[in-house]
Amino acid sequence: MDKEYVGFATLPNQLHRKSVKKGFDFTLMVAGESGLGKSTLIDSLFLTDLYKDRTLLDAQARIPQTLAIERRAVELEEGGVRVKLTVVDTPGFGDALDNADCWLPIVDYIDQQFEQFFRDESGLNRKNITDGRVHCCLYFLSPFGHGLRPLDVAFLQAVHHKVNIVPVIGRADTLTPREVHALKEKIRQQLEENAISIYQFPDCDSDEDEEFKAQDADLKRSIPFAVVGSSDIVRETKEKAFRGRAYPWGSVEVENPTHCDFLQLRTMLVRTHLHDLKEVTQEVHYENYRARCIQSLTRVGARDRTSRMKLSRQSATELPLLPLAETEKLIREKDEELRRMQEMLQKMQAQMQQSQGEQSDTL
Amino acid sequence: MHGREKTKEGSSLVPGCTSMEEKPGQPAPEETPSNAPPGTVGRELFGYVGIEAVLDQMRIKTMKTGFEFNIMVVGQSGLGKSTMVNTLFKSKVSRKPTGPGYEERIPQTMQLQSVTHVIVEKGVKMKLTVTDTPGFGDQINNENCWDPIVKYIKEQYEKYLREEILISRKRKIPDTRVHSCVYFVPPTGHWLRPLDLEFMRRLSKIVNVVPVIAKADTLTLEERAEFKQRIQEDLKAHGINVYPQEDLDDDSDDRLLNKKIRDKIPFAVVGADTEHQVNGKRVLGRRTKWGIIEVENPAHCEFPLLRDLLIRSHLQDLKDVTHNVHYESYRVQRLNESNQLAPSPAAGLLGKHEMESNL
Repeated sequence: MDKEYVGFATLPNQLHRKSVKKGFDFTLMVAGESGLGKSTLIDSLFLTDLYKDRTLLDAQARIPQTLAIERRAVELEEGGVRVKLTVVDTPGFGDALDNADCWLPIVDYIDQQFEQFFRDESGLNRKNITDGRVHCCLYFLSPFGHGLRPLDVAFLQAVHHKVNIVPVIGRADTLTPREVHALKEKIRQQLEENAISIYQFPDCDSDEDEEFKAQDADLKRSIPFAVVGSSDIVRETKEKAFRGRAYPWGSVEVENPTHCDFLQLRTMLVRTHLHDLKEVTQEVHYENYRARCIQSLTRVGARDRTSRMKLSRQSATELPLLPLAETEKLIREKDEELRRMQEMLQKMQAQMQQSQGEQSDTL
Repeated sequence: MHGREKTKEGSSLVPGCTSMEEKPGQPAPEETPSNAPPGTVGRELFGYVGIEAVLDQMRIKTMKTGFEFNIMVVGQSGLGKSTMVNTLFKSKVSRKPTGPGYEERIPQTMQLQSVTHVIVEKGVKMKLTVTDTPGFGDQINNENCWDPIVKYIKEQYEKYLREEILISRKRKIPDTRVHSCVYFVPPTGHWLRPLDLEFMRRLSKIVNVVPVIAKADTLTLEERAEFKQRIQEDLKAHGINVYPQEDLDDDSDDRLLNKKIRDKIPFAVVGADTEHQVNGKRVLGRRTKWGIIEVENPAHCEFPLLRDLLIRSHLQDLKDVTHNVHYESYRVQRLNESNQLAPSPAAGLLGKHEMESNL
């Protein structure tokens, strides 16, 4: 009989089983100019056909005055684990002649999701909250420029404190290895110059094995990832078939780490850092939003308090938190319901008594 | 007086043909003999006269004077404009200094930079001017970013016009007019963007616009074909006439040749200025981990087509169209303007008296 074995070492397993049963949901936003391979990459990352039936609009049709935000959801299952993946797309970003403030709808969307979660969290019924917050934003940079363009800088500065940003170089098959290296250096330098904080990989604990540490360091050095996406299978010889793009001068293998960083991106996004991305969203970005929200609201309250000195007792308790108003409403509604039900019960009881009385009469 | 119709150089037995002297930068090294225009009777010669020696005379004259060609490259930064120009003329003629460590920054406002070089091939001198447009389409708000370009082109026309209407004018008017404007479309594979459409729409009216798909090594052959088709549809739908313009075809030969070109516009090009070893030969190309893209291999990209169009077959035509069509319409517009402005010789830009004496 083990004296010192209590048994809580099985906790991780219990957690694991519970999460597997519950499933995960993950919201990924892709942003960037059109034509950089965003949709192709998403389809190849998650081996789905979310964008299969997409039709491209022509220049005339694509002049919506405001940016569209599209959501596509897909349920993925692998090894018994279910993931509900939501991809938020931003078609039309940066396509117009005048792109000033074209990122505002995106910022609004992210804030809206935070607000929704805030309300749900502060509400009465917290059992089935759907988490629509954006956990990660893959921002596609153009491989053609010389690093970040003015639009890139403006967008990143608007969202880097609201969402985890993972910068990605799209269409990287147009770059030679040396060009890839130079461009990545340039981008990293420019990100620093503009004080843009992208998603930081957490450092390994010192007790991790060497291989994991090496992999982690490798990952960090590759930011931004230079990716090529493809859902097509290239058959070079009978035995050799791979996902890739076939050109007259050779074929790019999407999953070949010497050709592009697709594997690393997939590893990072799905296999190693999915949970961390969600955690950072919850603990950092969402908390920031919540603190800002509450601060701005209480500041409003403070103003009221000083201006209406006479009603000091009232106003002190009058915390105008939106959720409270909501909850008040909910309470009132529930009360109404309860009362109605009680009334109905009484009526039914009265009826029953009547009918019993009648019966006994007849009997 | 200059002949203003678009005449074909080359031997022709038409009496009353306009004089062949002093057209600025005229005959190209290769010329096509034209058929006699319909309605004239070609006289049979019963001996060798030696008229065809005029071709040699023209050639010798051209070798002596050389000729000018002005090309403008427009497109967002990083699309390979400078590399393309270097590849086209097989020398470092672009505005970028060579060597590593060159820092490229997007300028805050668009600028126009012209660089002139004289290149010589087999005794033929060409004064090549390349005008680059760094900063085009790179800002957040790109409205009217084509204005400086339009202004520049019109300024060159104005310069030429002024020289032309002088009483005593130079024997050879320096020609700084832009003969062709190569527009670089990014290889999105989707459609032309509003910026591309707006630019080409405006500029195809005042200059020969040759659109190309830049950095086409990111598109597979099927994607290329689809993209091209969509672009052609777009151009047609918006009434944009790029070079070679359909309504300027002279005869059926022209039309056939130009139609072949028009079917392939915009050319999908890749530029490179480094050489690599392929099958024992040195070729210009780009080396990637999955293969070497040979720039001059027609199976890889359409750079040879662009080079042939701009230099080997249509260079003279580009200049002719610029002179006879675009410059003319500018000139007519200006003269009409000043006619309305200046009823008397004293006021206005050009005295009517002066104009009459020149015309």
